[in-house]
Amino acid sequence: MKPAPFEYRRPGTIAEAVAALAGGTESKVLAGGQSLVPLLSMRLAAPALLVDINAIPGLDTIEVEGEDGGVRVGALARHAAVLASPDVRRVQPLVPMALANVAHATIRNRGTTVGSLVHADAAAEMPAVLALLGGSVEVAGPAGRRTISADELFVGPLESSLAHDEIALSAYFPALAPGAGVAFEEIARRHGDYALVGAAALVDGDSVRVGYLSVADVPTVVDLSGVPEAGLGDAALARLEPGDDIHATAEYRAQLVRVLTARVVRSAREHARQSREGRR
Amino acid sequence: MTTKLMGQKVQRVEDQRFLRGQGRYVDDVGIAGGARLLHAAVLRSPHAHARILDIDVEAVLDLEGVHAVWTYDDLADLAAPMAEPLPLLIPHPALTHGRTQYALAKDEVNYAGEAIAFVVADDRYVAEDAIGRIRVSYETLPPVVGIDAAREARSLVHEDVPGNIGARLEQNVGDAPAAIKAAPHTLSLDLTVERSACTPLEGRGTVARWEPDLNRLQVWTSTQSSTGVRAAVAVKLGLDLGQVDVITPDVGGGFGVKINHPWPEELLVPLAARALGRPVKFTEDRREHFISSAHERGQVQHIEVGFDDDGRLLGLDVEFWHDHGAYTPYGLIVPIITSTQLLGPYKPHNYRVVFESLYTNTVMVTPYRGAGRPQGCYAMERTMDAIATYLGKDRADVRAVNFIQPDEFPFDQGLIFQDGRELEYDSGDYPASLEKIKALVGWDEFPAFQAEMAAQGRRVGIGLACYVEGTGVGPYEGAHVHIETSGKVKVATGLTTQGQGHATVFAQLVADELGVKFEDVEVVTGDTRRMPYAVGTFASRAAVMSGSAIHLAAKRAKEKALKIAADALEAAPEDLEIVDGVVSVKGSPGASIDLGTVSVLSNPLRYAFDEASKAATQFSVGDPGKPPVAEDDEPGLEGRDFYSPERATFASGMHAVIVETDPETAEIKILKYAVVHDCGHLINPMIVEGQIHGGVAQGVGGALYERMAYDESGQLLNASFMDFLMPYVTEVPDGIDIDHLETPSPLNPLGIKGAGEAGVIPSAAVFAAAIEDAERVDRPALAITAMPISPSELYTLRQEHP
Repeated sequence: MKPAPFEYRRPGTIAEAVAALAGGTESKVLAGGQSLVPLLSMRLAAPALLVDINAIPGLDTIEVEGEDGGVRVGALARHAAVLASPDVRRVQPLVPMALANVAHATIRNRGTTVGSLVHADAAAEMPAVLALLGGSVEVAGPAGRRTISADELFVGPLESSLAHDEIALSAYFPALAPGAGVAFEEIARRHGDYALVGAAALVDGDSVRVGYLSVADVPTVVDLSGVPEAGLGDAALARLEPGDDIHATAEYRAQLVRVLTARVVRSAREHARQSREGRR
Repeated sequence: MTTKLMGQKVQRVEDQRFLRGQGRYVDDVGIAGGARLLHAAVLRSPHAHARILDIDVEAVLDLEGVHAVWTYDDLADLAAPMAEPLPLLIPHPALTHGRTQYALAKDEVNYAGEAIAFVVADDRYVAEDAIGRIRVSYETLPPVVGIDAAREARSLVHEDVPGNIGARLEQNVGDAPAAIKAAPHTLSLDLTVERSACTPLEGRGTVARWEPDLNRLQVWTSTQSSTGVRAAVAVKLGLDLGQVDVITPDVGGGFGVKINHPWPEELLVPLAARALGRPVKFTEDRREHFISSAHERGQVQHIEVGFDDDGRLLGLDVEFWHDHGAYTPYGLIVPIITSTQLLGPYKPHNYRVVFESLYTNTVMVTPYRGAGRPQGCYAMERTMDAIATYLGKDRADVRAVNFIQPDEFPFDQGLIFQDGRELEYDSGDYPASLEKIKALVGWDEFPAFQAEMAAQGRRVGIGLACYVEGTGVGPYEGAHVHIETSGKVKVATGLTTQGQGHATVFAQLVADELGVKFEDVEVVTGDTRRMPYAVGTFASRAAVMSGSAIHLAAKRAKEKALKIAADALEAAPEDLEIVDGVVSVKGSPGASIDLGTVSVLSNPLRYAFDEASKAATQFSVGDPGKPPVAEDDEPGLEGRDFYSPERATFASGMHAVIVETDPETAEIKILKYAVVHDCGHLINPMIVEGQIHGGVAQGVGGALYERMAYDESGQLLNASFMDFLMPYVTEVPDGIDIDHLETPSPLNPLGIKGAGEAGVIPSAAVFAAAIEDAERVDRPALAITAMPISPSELYTLRQEHP
């Protein structure tokens, strides 16, 4: 469990980092390292170059954008910092609801929220949240900066639409509209494990949307507006393909989809009601 | 007199070190000339079953930093015995087809993970680079995975082992088939238990240094038997035992896997140290541990039972199939324990048990904490539950009518146990244990609670399981107690320690026997330089075996101290007492001498090295008319003794658990866990309770989380802590209620029994029972016959029993 040899660079600016990635060698960006380092140690990944962005100043910010704006999270903002941010909690409470389910405290202390997004693991919490909220990621590359919307970001299992020479700089989570409500729940085998199934709900007026993790190759959002309470789970399942693995059968995951869909929609409606009554 | 420490909750002396990160494990061993230390890595088979056609190491030879690359073909030249298979440690007449692997695979590999090549390099990074460059050509063979495939025997693991059957062993007491035939009621059960493993947080590891000037080898290894490794290394490297020292530093958990020895690396590392003239280290990584260190537990069982209207056993006929993996280095210990300890606290009257121990193309099986008992307990206790359900009787009552009664000890079960001796229980009080566990868990009040919960739409269930554990098996352990001239006491015993708190409990025993301060006693374990005669730490034997030996050795040291002090104080030895390290005449405290001075006097000197030693020089002491050291005496204030019991001593206990199952998600939550435990006299209740806590935690893992997920091709799919679900603190019961019973053993001077494994034994049985009980609250009953059980599997069972 020792990585294969690689070249290591630790640039001090975004421009230097982009330049380092431009060479065409197989490279990886290192931020929190909570997914990458185990992959390197198990030699499941063996990039020729590792570009460590931890020395680049200004990437660890967590900022609310404008009056009604959402929250922008920098590439070096750790899960723990995002989870603890009162601004994030006020502007988009779904983010801390989901983050509390991301692994364990020690992993959240180093792991970054943006890193988790561009790692694009369909079993992870934050990609599903970004997809549900319709957020985006800002990236820098040789051609300058561009914004990738969540629905264009996640293209396959552990595959994002960032080019190999691009670096994610930040992620943008839109604010929760007044009167809207959110909820998150997942079921894992052990505390902090990847979820067998997880669901995040966003209820805004008549609109009911639920984002799922661990039931497809990519985080999947299902519009359940207008679906009667009793039929929510089955309506969602029509759009999902839960799979088998050593921890659960597809049938069991389908049952969890039914249970969790009902639970998160109910909770998000309650959350919305509290908002309308000014209790939030 | 000072208070006896036996039975006191003495704080562990080890914990300051461990909790502050000052533990010193094999990987921390800093060999003199640290930069000279070389690191080893092993190429392991990617296939579960294959013939090796060719190994090409050409690409490694010119890699900078590589010092050696060995395959099987290199071994004979390095040391002839290395080309032989590894030892079959515990032969048994029934093991007609025992097989062990080679240190490096010869011609064939029989599990994914088997060692094929060994590389020594400047560091582990380079060693792994080199491993990646070795090219092996394989002809893959059909793999045999799982007990069903082994029994079908459409393919064979070893060509020369028909039916994949390594051993078949049958034991009979009375005529079980006839008794069952004649019984008013009969039932049969088919049960399975899956594989798990010890998974200590520290994997295996070995460091070796060859001293050419002294012609000696020093080995540090993470083992449960330093004397065993020493003997194996000496044999395999062609050395005399006296040329080899094995030192076991702190060990980060063993749980059984480190009792198997020698592991290939435990031989290859010393071999490399000698061949290369430089110290060499191997530190196993986690993936390697999963795929190359031993597993346990996998069994399929078929039970026939006949019983009367009260649920009293009339005949019990058990047939089981034990998956021992690709090789049998540890013989038949695990299935023998299952077949004998299955009986627990009960009298079966007529018992037949037969097992087949089967080869599969998977990691070998050797004892894991409990060592076959969890499977046996599961078979017996599930049978008790089935009888109670069939008769509509209270599950506790059915157990009670079958108990061996307190006045029936010693009770001979009529079987041969794992140590080759009769399975004769020395003492116990099972009815008293049952009363205690019922009170502790609230057994009689539970039906009301269950109904109250059911009214709220909640499903709760209760389970009970009983076990008897043969502990403290022989052959022996020894101890050496040395009272220094400083008055401090140095104690050495040869078995190893893996965090149990031996340095604490052994010091308690010595302080009590010698009359010295607890903090003046220092204990060393697992160092063959200090105590070369020892067996090892397994089978809940350390306290019984080494504890007894240490007690006896301390007694000898005390006798000698009193004899010398009696001369010095001009008193009779029987008039003396030792308190806090000072020997004085009872009732006359003025006449006293401290043990340090007694130690000085015990060693007649020609030379004075300091003020204290002047007292022992030739013009100061001794009767000029006698030899300074008497014919029947020896210099020094020491005691050495050994303890070798006739047979094992049998601890017992009962567990009860209350669980809640979620009607929607099938999640299983533990509401209460209760343990009544009887290991005879307690040396340190806090340490015994710690053992129970750890055992229960490991048992929760075995019952609800852990399994070795092999696919059909013999690949282990969950060889990491991400997918092998060892429970976290968040998954184990939040508080375990414990009550003790202290039925002393008549077999040892302290009246103690072992406690190390007990916590894990009843887990599969007790959880299966509780979940089954919860699931019949408001839905058709379902039988839980396969453990462990996950929520997904419970959900499937519900679908199958709508």
